[in-house]
Amino acid sequence: MAKHTPLYARHLALGAKMVDFGGWDMPLHYGSQLQEHHQVRNAVGLFDVSHMTIVDFPDPAATCALLRYLLANDVARLYPGKALYTCLLNEAGGVIDDLIVYDRGDAGYRLVLNAATRDKDLAWITPIAERFNAAWQERDDLAMLAVQGPEALAKLDAVLDARTVAAVRASRRFHAVESGGLFIARTGYTGEDGVEILPPVAEASALWDRLLAAGVAPCGLGARDTLRLEAGMSLYGSDMDETTTPLVSGLGWTVAWQPADRDFIGRAALEQQRAAGAPQTFIGLMLEDRGVLRSHQTVYDGDREIGVTTSGAFSPTLNRGIALARVTVGVGDHAQVEVRGKRLSTRVVKPPFIAR
Amino acid sequence: MSSNIPAELRYAETHEWVRPQEDGIVTVGITDHAQHLLGDLVFVELPEVGRVVAAAESCAVVESVKAASDVYCPVDGVIVEVNELLADNPELINEDPYGEGWILRVKTSATLDGLLDAVAYEAIAIDEDEEEEGSLTNAKLAG
Repeated sequence: MAKHTPLYARHLALGAKMVDFGGWDMPLHYGSQLQEHHQVRNAVGLFDVSHMTIVDFPDPAATCALLRYLLANDVARLYPGKALYTCLLNEAGGVIDDLIVYDRGDAGYRLVLNAATRDKDLAWITPIAERFNAAWQERDDLAMLAVQGPEALAKLDAVLDARTVAAVRASRRFHAVESGGLFIARTGYTGEDGVEILPPVAEASALWDRLLAAGVAPCGLGARDTLRLEAGMSLYGSDMDETTTPLVSGLGWTVAWQPADRDFIGRAALEQQRAAGAPQTFIGLMLEDRGVLRSHQTVYDGDREIGVTTSGAFSPTLNRGIALARVTVGVGDHAQVEVRGKRLSTRVVKPPFIAR
Repeated sequence: MSSNIPAELRYAETHEWVRPQEDGIVTVGITDHAQHLLGDLVFVELPEVGRVVAAAESCAVVESVKAASDVYCPVDGVIVEVNELLADNPELINEDPYGEGWILRVKTSATLDGLLDAVAYEAIAIDEDEEEEGSLTNAKLAG
């Protein structure tokens, strides 16, 4: 039986094309994925991301010690209101999940993890949290709405109280505020400015309705995927998983090597890989020919097979095929991708694909 | 989901439509039902004019935001024309699948008797709607 977010009835009423995503029945689009993509790049769009896993750790001290051991990035870099993107690694340095951790000051820490990885994440975290005496609680009483796009902040006046809007405006990217009973983070998965609002489940539909009334267009997970790909953001399960380390997934920047004496799960394996030199590198590819790139396509440098695309799509903003790929080190300016038996020419770029 | 299935056309189970013209030339496209399932089209790979094709052979590829799908030629023949407008405007297939969104024309001596009529094709389309989801859907999406 598929799980439904608090906004399920709203999606059906809007005529959304629903698809299974990690056990959740979620909107793929509400008519046109392309229009929804452009809507977010040019104005503002609204996503229901209530399927994401939200976990609170109320004890700041115990949790700080726990997360410094559990996560590859270092929560000691945080201060109240600040967010951090990080990988959750296994001992081999493989990525169990990627997540955002928010420092809530005296209220502890909030983690937002992927939906499809919920069970294995919690199974991994539970015994370790116990060792650190860090209590935690899943917050399935919270929904999550992402308002994304250059006009996102301007739309908040119509839906939130003045004090809350002022607090959000005063905050910066990758920071969160708590005001008016809401947790509001300047984060997202589109490469645009905007917020992720976490209302109580009981208030989610009313907030959704107010946002739509304010002219924010509903957008599905299809557009969310092409938006994040253009922004060069990784998708767990496609671009990285338990068999790949952050160092071969374009996520080396999320590993906090300093201080050198911080022991975190996966550190030894990553240090070994770093010392030996990571065998692969993570790149962006832009198709020079017409067409579309997809995941799992073979990448060539001349006659030599050098890797595989991990995510691929048609970029609505650039009007061409784009992909992320994991390839052996030493790739030049160009590579070829095999699409239906033909080698198509691509330019090697450093993500993101769009400047923002 | 209800889709438009014109009574005067013939259909293949693989979701192509065929419209007979004079001189044994038929026009081929994909159905409204197919474009609905695929979602927004972003690229169409067209064949060379002059290519000889067999019935049920792949003769073009349509790519949507979700997936690439083969277009199978419903009849034996020779491709005599392709819709060049689709190169820059693949969305014509979404907007007008039976008109501006036609894909190619084939000169054929075959009869269309083996193809489905609108009633038979509608039965297939309805069955698929009831099954819902699956093959045409990309399961791995942002989350």
